Amino acid sequence: MELSGAEILVRFLKDEGVEHIFGYPGGAVLHIYDALYTQDDVKHILVRHEQGATHAADGYARATGKPGVVLVTSGPGATNAITGIATAYMDSIPMVVITGQVPTAVIGSDAFQEVDSIGITRPCVKHNFLVKSVDEMAETLKKAFYVATTGRPGPVVVDIPKDITDPNVKVPYTYPETIDMRSYNPVMKGHSGQIKKAVDMILEAKRPMIYTGGGVVLGNASEQLTEFTRTLGYPITQTLMGLGSYPATDKQFIGMLGMHGTYEANMAMHECDTLIAIGARFDDRVTGKIAEFCPNAKIVHVDIDPASISKTVKVDIPIVGDVATVLDEMLQILKSSKTRPDAAALANWWENIEKWRGENCLRYDRNSALIKPQYVVEKLWEVTNGDAIVASDVGQHQMFAAQYYKFDKPNKWLNSGGLGTMGFGLPAGMGAKLAYPDQDVAVVTGEASIQMCIQELGTATQYDLPVKVINLNKRYMGMVRQWQEFFYESRYSHSYMDAIPDFVQLAESYGHVGMRIEKPEDVEGALKEAFAMKDRLVFMDFITDQEENVYPMVAAGKGHHEMHLASDRELA
Amino acid sequence: MKHIISLLLENESGALSRVAGLFSARGYNIESLTVAPTEDETLSRMTIVTTGSDEIIEQITKQLNKLVDVVKLIDLTEGAHIEREMMLIKVATDGAEQRGEIKRLADIFRGGIVDVTDASYTIQLTGDSDKLDAFISAVSNMNILETVRSGVLGISRGEKGLHL
Repeated sequence: MELSGAEILVRFLKDEGVEHIFGYPGGAVLHIYDALYTQDDVKHILVRHEQGATHAADGYARATGKPGVVLVTSGPGATNAITGIATAYMDSIPMVVITGQVPTAVIGSDAFQEVDSIGITRPCVKHNFLVKSVDEMAETLKKAFYVATTGRPGPVVVDIPKDITDPNVKVPYTYPETIDMRSYNPVMKGHSGQIKKAVDMILEAKRPMIYTGGGVVLGNASEQLTEFTRTLGYPITQTLMGLGSYPATDKQFIGMLGMHGTYEANMAMHECDTLIAIGARFDDRVTGKIAEFCPNAKIVHVDIDPASISKTVKVDIPIVGDVATVLDEMLQILKSSKTRPDAAALANWWENIEKWRGENCLRYDRNSALIKPQYVVEKLWEVTNGDAIVASDVGQHQMFAAQYYKFDKPNKWLNSGGLGTMGFGLPAGMGAKLAYPDQDVAVVTGEASIQMCIQELGTATQYDLPVKVINLNKRYMGMVRQWQEFFYESRYSHSYMDAIPDFVQLAESYGHVGMRIEKPEDVEGALKEAFAMKDRLVFMDFITDQEENVYPMVAAGKGHHEMHLASDRELA
Repeated sequence: MKHIISLLLENESGALSRVAGLFSARGYNIESLTVAPTEDETLSRMTIVTTGSDEIIEQITKQLNKLVDVVKLIDLTEGAHIEREMMLIKVATDGAEQRGEIKRLADIFRGGIVDVTDASYTIQLTGDSDKLDAFISAVSNMNILETVRSGVLGISRGEKGLHL
């Protein structure tokens, strides 16, 4: 079969099983768009801004586990996509971003809409490719999908000069079923000796702690993790990225850890004697002050990326491998071992943890005449039976969603953890809704974040993506304001937003339903009404308490045991 | 401590900038970096001299290994190895006595004079970096016009080595 470069690209995507791509046309990709026009296999979602395309593809990938695919033009198309690429990179999300490029002959001449996309994206991709000849098109694309989806996943950029997609140049095409790359061989199986050693250490623990991250979600290891945790009876905490891979409503789950983690999780981290880290990377928002991180613990660390091991915290037993495979092997050993965890020590440990849990660190004023953002998230959880996909933006609302929406399943919680990208939520939620039209998708956001990608409300109209937007409207950039209150003596420098639009009218102008909710007693009813409208995007503008802060809080550079609980009181 | 990291990487455009970019993005030191194709023209061999604590060197090797273009790498300083650097150094000569002195120094260091004018000698020297440093300090009381160093090349001793 002889095809042009543009036709090969489209045909390849079909053969690779790609159903949806998110994109925006422009000069350098017009041949590709022409090839898209004549087929129905690969559905193209036209976004309103390339950042929206990358976040939507990212949300699609987080919800499905399949790679998100983006198509943008050269120059500004590529630069607009950067924020979304970097977002995916920081959270290890599989994504393939196809960027158009000016024709090969004019590369380097500062041609119209030329930018060095390979150079600009290099620090924020897992890998990138420039297609130099139409003969390399299919193989390069296969490599891109292979690299993006295997090992520690990540975004891969494929830059395609316009002449490579010339409709008049046709070459033979066959779909490359497999690909061999001598320089890229991710390790799957962990070292058996290390795994045995680790299990021995785990069974000897008196005060054990399981700490897991996004790697468990990405590595599809939720089942294994759940069995592992229940077999041992140990407490488990998760990072912001790990939520959902162990049921949050389970008694053994003691909440998220880190800067806005629970008191019980952070105290247990501080006091534990054995830390079992799985698919987590010891991020600074999680560890707090490194010198005071788990001061009494021996550490086992399972991760697919060797570079994540002993990067910030030195570990005792490193295991490089696929999390699911390693956990399977650990379970095997656990089941055949005669040694059991020390029941007396464990009972003692749980007693301590229950005492910390008794602090009820997530309490807030339920009698307030103002809408508390925590209350909205709690009601959201109830109304959606804890089963919605929740995409969030970045800031206080993100932390409230992580703390109060108890995720029982993986791939339900979509948020920009590593890069902290405002504007992520709406397009990410739309990407998930596209993949799962029958599931409830909530976008938890704030009035500042939502305005960073609000143009995608138009995309939602065009492609009928009825997500439910939960706008926790504080009239302040909440997290900035909180830090200014705590660390800058309440000098609220440029964190207040004047001229906030009327979100109800704004949503309506895009053809959606808008609601404004101003009283706590109206919250539940509004949520019920909104989620009952299955086929409509509903924008719920909750006017919330302007001064609410996120607690507990471990200030940057402090140890886990140095938490602020509520505003009126401090723990040592 | 100083480490010599030797890499085999795909001989593709952009591979060098991936390595250089990694060092600058993560704040690692590069003392020298050399790269050229090997007998297999699809592969380049790169030698990087870097410094850092054991933890940093561990991260450097892990991060380098993570680059998709890097096929294989070895930290030569972990075992017996040979280290060579080449230098071309141009020194102004002032009178017969100084010309004699430079000639003698070049001989002592087993260098050769590869270019001569009425007013200058250009000396070629190879050896490890310390030897080249020593030569520079030996001629430091004279007028050094130009110094060009190749950066370090390294190879392990014996059967051990870096190959596919």
